Amino acid sequence: MYAFLIGVGVLLLLSLVWMVFRIQTLVSVVKGSDKKIETTSNKVNAFLFIVFMVGTGILMFWYSIKEFDNYQMPVASEHGVITDELFWITMAVTGVVFLITHILLFVFPYMYQYKENRKATFFPENHKLEIVWTVLPGVVLAGLVISGWMAWSDITAPAPEKAHVVEIMGYQFAWEVRYPGKDNVLGDYDYRLINASNAHGIDFTDKNSTDDFPSPKVVIPKGEPVLFKIRARDVLHSVFAPHMRLKMDAVPGMPTRFWFVPTKTTEEMRAELKNPEFNYEIACTEICGRGHFSMRKVIEVVEPAAYQKWVAEQKSFIQQNPAIAEGVRPESKELAGIQLDNSNK
Amino acid sequence: MATATVAHHDTPVQDQHDHEHHDNFITKYIFTQDHKMIGKQFLVTGIFWAIIGGFLSTLFRLQLGFPDMNMEFLRPLLGGWIDEAGKLDPTFYLALVTMHGTIMVFFVLTAGLSGTFSNFLIPLQIGARDMASGFMNMLSYWFFFLSGVIMFISLFLKTGPAGGGWVVYPPLSALEQAIPGSGMGMTLWLIAMTCFIASSLLGGINYITTVINLRTKGMSFSRLPLTIWAFFLTAVIGLLSFPVLFAAALLLVFDRSFGTSFYLSDIYVAGEALPNTGGSPVLYQHLFWFLGHPEVYIVLLPALGITSEVIATNSRKPIFGYKAMVISMLGITILSFIVWAHHMFVSGMNPFLGSIFMFLTLIIAVPSAVKVFNYLTTLWRGNLIFTPAMLFSIGLVSFFISGGLTGIFLGNSAIDIQLHDTYFVVAHFHLVMGSASFFGLMAGVYHWFPKMFGRMMDAKLGYIHFWFTFVGVYMIFFPMHYIGIAGFPRRYYSWTNFEFADKYTDLNMFVSVAAIITFAAQFLFLFNFFYSMYRGRKASLNPWNSNTLEWTTPLHPGHGNWPGEIPTVYRWPYDYSKPGAAEDFIPQTVPLSQTPESNLPHEQELVQMELDIMKDEADLVANGPKH
Repeated sequence: MYAFLIGVGVLLLLSLVWMVFRIQTLVSVVKGSDKKIETTSNKVNAFLFIVFMVGTGILMFWYSIKEFDNYQMPVASEHGVITDELFWITMAVTGVVFLITHILLFVFPYMYQYKENRKATFFPENHKLEIVWTVLPGVVLAGLVISGWMAWSDITAPAPEKAHVVEIMGYQFAWEVRYPGKDNVLGDYDYRLINASNAHGIDFTDKNSTDDFPSPKVVIPKGEPVLFKIRARDVLHSVFAPHMRLKMDAVPGMPTRFWFVPTKTTEEMRAELKNPEFNYEIACTEICGRGHFSMRKVIEVVEPAAYQKWVAEQKSFIQQNPAIAEGVRPESKELAGIQLDNSNK
Repeated sequence: MATATVAHHDTPVQDQHDHEHHDNFITKYIFTQDHKMIGKQFLVTGIFWAIIGGFLSTLFRLQLGFPDMNMEFLRPLLGGWIDEAGKLDPTFYLALVTMHGTIMVFFVLTAGLSGTFSNFLIPLQIGARDMASGFMNMLSYWFFFLSGVIMFISLFLKTGPAGGGWVVYPPLSALEQAIPGSGMGMTLWLIAMTCFIASSLLGGINYITTVINLRTKGMSFSRLPLTIWAFFLTAVIGLLSFPVLFAAALLLVFDRSFGTSFYLSDIYVAGEALPNTGGSPVLYQHLFWFLGHPEVYIVLLPALGITSEVIATNSRKPIFGYKAMVISMLGITILSFIVWAHHMFVSGMNPFLGSIFMFLTLIIAVPSAVKVFNYLTTLWRGNLIFTPAMLFSIGLVSFFISGGLTGIFLGNSAIDIQLHDTYFVVAHFHLVMGSASFFGLMAGVYHWFPKMFGRMMDAKLGYIHFWFTFVGVYMIFFPMHYIGIAGFPRRYYSWTNFEFADKYTDLNMFVSVAAIITFAAQFLFLFNFFYSMYRGRKASLNPWNSNTLEWTTPLHPGHGNWPGEIPTVYRWPYDYSKPGAAEDFIPQTVPLSQTPESNLPHEQELVQMELDIMKDEADLVANGPKH
């Protein structure tokens, strides 16, 4: 019944619109307004550009100021401070250009709307003007590019020797984290070794792997360089740690990396934001399938001393599951065994 | 300027066209070789796809704006893609996003825009009877049509259409185990795109050949309307870049079906280690973006060309800096091939390459800036007539500025680390490429409708359509900048899994409402378009008092365009409001010798030469060809 009534209503509305359309067409035929150019419509359209400019301009400034703390994400890495600064410098430069060009674009239609008695200025070229506005953006852009390039070179430079290594592996639809243990060297892996108990495909015959340990979250020390070694097991993923201003694709068959220095512990950030629930997060930013939107991992930034303590407390893969070391060469097993003993003491 | 040089003395061809061949329905409307009808075919097909593409976007905007909504009411349409709880299936969400992108970029903004107006306008504006090869032109449309049919079928597969994003990056697009859309859906996607590439190449070769070879007497390159320059350069870009997409797709076909490892390596998926090793997914990205970036200009340049023409005509002023406009477009054409890797700053490619591509990318901003300044100067001290086409052109310039400026953020690799694959990117390209090109398409339809159908579209409906769409587009895409700066990733079914993104539900709802209203407003256009086609007011021969050649044809030009001889061109197309002239426009067909009162000094010098050539011509006609 309701559907019927709605249908009738829509039908009536449409016929009303149709009538208005026909009447307005006929009226314009009678008035002969199609022959005129300086019409009311022309004036209205010219005026609407001004209305649009003022209206959306106010809306933009109001919302940008009101929401600043919401969209401006707190930053927690050294390079992030620099890229944020570049972002806001670019915002200032482009903002000025945006405003000037748009004011001209919307004011000109109002100022130069059609008048019967006026003739447009025949102004086909002016080389001086053209050279100025080719060179000027060139210079400004060069400035932006060079500052961006310097930041980019620093960010992508090789990680410092002493950087703490964390391996992050993406798969459908989660992240696995592996730490290199005491030697700070990750053991070899091979995707053909992956099975239910060895999600990383770690090669336990490599003695570097004996002290590697997994972690349900990424724990990293504040103020010290951290190197993420990133890989993927099935399809492309991308490690995105928004507070760290960090993003790098995880590519099957091609390990990638990103190093950075976190500047605030999770606790400090919680205090700063007055949000005791706050966590640094990792999200996936490369479409990877059904669960793309759910690949969350927590990063916990702690003081360096707390980090050392945490590392010492972790149990290696082999300690957690001695069975996975079965079938590996005896000397490696021995090495793992020694470690087992050490940690038991 | 090679003024009034007569390029070729071909024997008059009018007698070929004096006897009107009576086409039947099939040869006139279906397998037609008339460039005008083929242009209209592209337009109507493009409109069909635009409705589908737009509708898909309203579906996923419903999900994003109203995540808790019960979508049971969509079950009659989507069937099993709505689960028992009335929720949209996340896999189908990805398919929607993918098909929206594919359809809009290729079917609407490439075929619908470039296909329509290159076909329709090139012969009319350069003074040719038809395209160089009418048959190839026909094939071009029918390959596109076939491509569309295949893509359309893929929408109804049980496993869904392709769902790996419009860029279809492998391994996701290569592995059926990873996402069901990578099965049959992806196979059909690849076949459809192959047909589409064939269509583009057939069209492009034709456009280039026609512009180079079939210009009428006096139509030197320096007298071409900017539309033609744009279509010409677009075709060149397409011809050089689409084959690379074909190569990328072909290798993907091999990887999917014949066990090769071009893009696949070290993959463990669905409980099984695949045998492929040694391939590189980044290789695909390089190949894809070698087309993908020029593709941006393939959709944008025609829109800019149309805008140049419409703004000059309706400002009653010459386009400012014609040469600078042409040089800018040439610059964009060349640079568009060497910036592709700016889509890949964080793909894991060598960061040194990133530096190089950052420099190259920001260079391309310079010609773009020049174009904007030239548009603004063209408006300055004009006598502006706000036809719907003019409104859409001004809207295009606005989007081009807004979206272009955000490109400066994204082209800077250091800033791109944070913004890559967030809604900032979505906002950026929907403004600069999507909406700007769409407005170019709309401007073109409103402006050349009288030439296409001999009738006028209703201007008032056009105004309403423009203001709804203009405001609507900004209300959809401007808020996405905030969401993007806040770090919201693209192609997310929902954001509630993350603390950093668990906000802005209000803003997303606002965007969705704006999107639905804007989509609904397009039906005003549809009504206006189809109604005016049959019932619109009869157009005059030159309704916009324009200078270009198409307005010298009859109201309903037959196959061959001009009943008599093709007119000769004596001047550039932008002699609007020339000092001394009685009217505020002087068509290209008016000889300089007839307008001594308005000739500029350097033009006055050419008058004698022009008269000599006209005398030679007359002698030639009187005495017949010498051989």
